[in-house]
Amino acid sequence: MNLYTTELRRLYKRRFIRYTALGGLLVLVAVVVSMFLINQKIGPEQWAAAERQAEQEWRLQVEETQRLRTQCEQARAAGNTADHPAGCAEIEAPPREAFKAEWYLPSTFDFRREFEPTLTTLTAVLALVAFLCGASFVGAEWSSGGMTNLLLWRPRRLEVLFTKLAALLSALAGLTVLTAAAWTAAFWAVGTLRGTTEKMTPGVWQSLGLTGLRGLVLVLAAGAVGFGLASLGRHTALALGGVLGVMVVAQFGLGLVLELAGARFVGKWMLHTYLLAWMQKKVTLYDWNACAVSYGGACEPATFDITWQASSVLLAAGLALVVGGAAWAMRRRDIT
Amino acid sequence: MAPVLEIEGLRKTYRSRRRGERRALDGFDMVVEAGQVHGFLGPNGSGKTTTLRTLLGLIRPNGGRMAILGREVPAALPAVANQVGAIVESPQFFPHFSAHDTLSLLARAGGVPQRRVTEVLELVGLRDRARERVKTYSLGMKQRLAVASALLKNPKLLILDEPANGLDPGGIREMRTLVRDLAAGGMTVLFSSHILGEVQQICDSVTIISLGRRVAAGPVAEVLAQHSGGGLRVRLEAVTDLPVAADLLTRAGARVTPADDHLVVHGIDKPATVTRTLAGSGLYVSELAPITADLESVFLELTGTAPVPGQHRQVDQSTVVDRPAGTTASDPTTGGKA
Ligand SMILES: Nc1ncnc2c1ncn2[C@@H]1O[C@H](COP(=O)(O)OP(=O)(O)OP(=O)(O)O)[C@@H](O)[C@H]1O
Ligand SMILES: [Mg+2]
Repeated sequence: MNLYTTELRRLYKRRFIRYTALGGLLVLVAVVVSMFLINQKIGPEQWAAAERQAEQEWRLQVEETQRLRTQCEQARAAGNTADHPAGCAEIEAPPREAFKAEWYLPSTFDFRREFEPTLTTLTAVLALVAFLCGASFVGAEWSSGGMTNLLLWRPRRLEVLFTKLAALLSALAGLTVLTAAAWTAAFWAVGTLRGTTEKMTPGVWQSLGLTGLRGLVLVLAAGAVGFGLASLGRHTALALGGVLGVMVVAQFGLGLVLELAGARFVGKWMLHTYLLAWMQKKVTLYDWNACAVSYGGACEPATFDITWQASSVLLAAGLALVVGGAAWAMRRRDIT
Repeated sequence: MAPVLEIEGLRKTYRSRRRGERRALDGFDMVVEAGQVHGFLGPNGSGKTTTLRTLLGLIRPNGGRMAILGREVPAALPAVANQVGAIVESPQFFPHFSAHDTLSLLARAGGVPQRRVTEVLELVGLRDRARERVKTYSLGMKQRLAVASALLKNPKLLILDEPANGLDPGGIREMRTLVRDLAAGGMTVLFSSHILGEVQQICDSVTIISLGRRVAAGPVAEVLAQHSGGGLRVRLEAVTDLPVAADLLTRAGARVTPADDHLVVHGIDKPATVTRTLAGSGLYVSELAPITADLESVFLELTGTAPVPGQHRQVDQSTVVDRPAGTTASDPTTGGKA
């Protein structure tokens, strides 16, 4: 227990970790603020304005058509039929219904429809913060010699490693829960002031809750992976930034190679597809070159579904590999 | 009373994929008795730090046994850890924490009262700088912090790897006093150092290591006596009489090396023999003293690391001790003490 509270304290005292968390929160605030600014509440006034604009657009179209038809008739009268072989009657104004008022409405925030996707944004930002914090927390300990010192006091290595991890994860969980609560409240406010919060049934809330939970799991996993990698490499976040960079490059490179090789469903090989599938429950990949026959006989692209269950297997395997590897190295390797 | 620290036949081979194997410890033995200040000496790369790291459970040995305070380590290390304070070779600390924070976190993790943090900071002279970041400390200040961290637990056994490294002359003297005071208070202190004058002044006993094996061990006086070769310095009232005296002593069976103003005499069992032999011929001795080597020359002799003019000695060029037969590590060529 001593060690656990000590590690929480150490975590809190680390400046890099505080600043990273703060940076993440600022990004999130910026997202909320911009969502607030670009959305508007829709009332009778907005509808009336939209109606007016639709009407105006339609009138412009009608005038333009009129002008073109006159031109056409003049040309035909002059004996030039080449440009308009079918006669001028086909130049017709679009019907009034083609200009729907809702197209001209300003954008508005419908909490029920639009909040869930923002959870993916929230998770992405927090997961990045978690990864960096996890890596720096243990990496700096290793490279600065702090770990060696600690082990002179607490010689049980695995206990030390896992207590550190537990402290990190509980702090991240706390941060995530608080941030998610604030995030929900903020978007509820955006919905109330700049849109609508209607039709929020318990079922919708439950679905949001589950998505949030999956987000939390992803954040914790990112923290644990960062922690595990830095502990394996026994170095700071800097080395980890390298690893991250290499991974991104490798993913892009791999994507490019697969694309050139004409592989189907390149997304299948991309890590982010699985992360997205974890958050959205399912990601459907399309192969636009393939033709799957549909009812109407039309050509439909072939599809490939990646479900969150498949993602969870991948996530769990990756997590086990990294954390297990870190534990193994902690037990076995000399500390020199 | 059981020794505070026992090491027997310790072996450690570093393996690296590119460089292959390096035998850092090759059947090393060491015993430190309770209440002693024990010096741990050896040339660079002889295995001192490796020994201490292994002892503290940071490195896994390839063989041998170790015991601290009568308990086998590394198995019993968690049980004895709170009685062993240690610093290993240029200790490092997280650079962005202050000395106070660093020690405070260690104390918390080890269940030591926070009051002790202020005490040890005062003890090592960092009181007024304790709130500054370690990053801004000088080498000696970091070293002081390290010593403070080792003292934090008020340990029974204090292990210091080159504690004087980077200390100013005043600091070295303070360290000397500190170590003496701690030992007087019942603490056993084991420390490695290259400052042999220091070691000779404060250590009760020493262990000398070369290439991963013990070359000598025992109380400082004994080690010195054994390796001074039992020579005598003989001075006469008149320098002109020296050749005659040399002749007389040689005939009496001594090996005599003449020097400028005195003779160095070996192979005599009792100093009185010298006086008697010379007095019998009317020569009077004005000085008759055993030649005591200092620790430095004994060290250089034992480890074979004395500089030779015109040669650049490389690390790892030092005395190779034959593998100890059985449990005793006595060495025929250098007369190492078991
Ligand atoms: N991590 C390591 N990997 C490989 N070899 C090592 C490692 N650490 C030490 N060694 C080797 O082990 C031998 C003993 O090193 P050690 O650090 O114990 O020496 P030392 O007696 O402390 O020297 P110094 O007086 O310079 O501090 C040296 O030859 C060194 O090169
Ligand atoms: Mg060393």
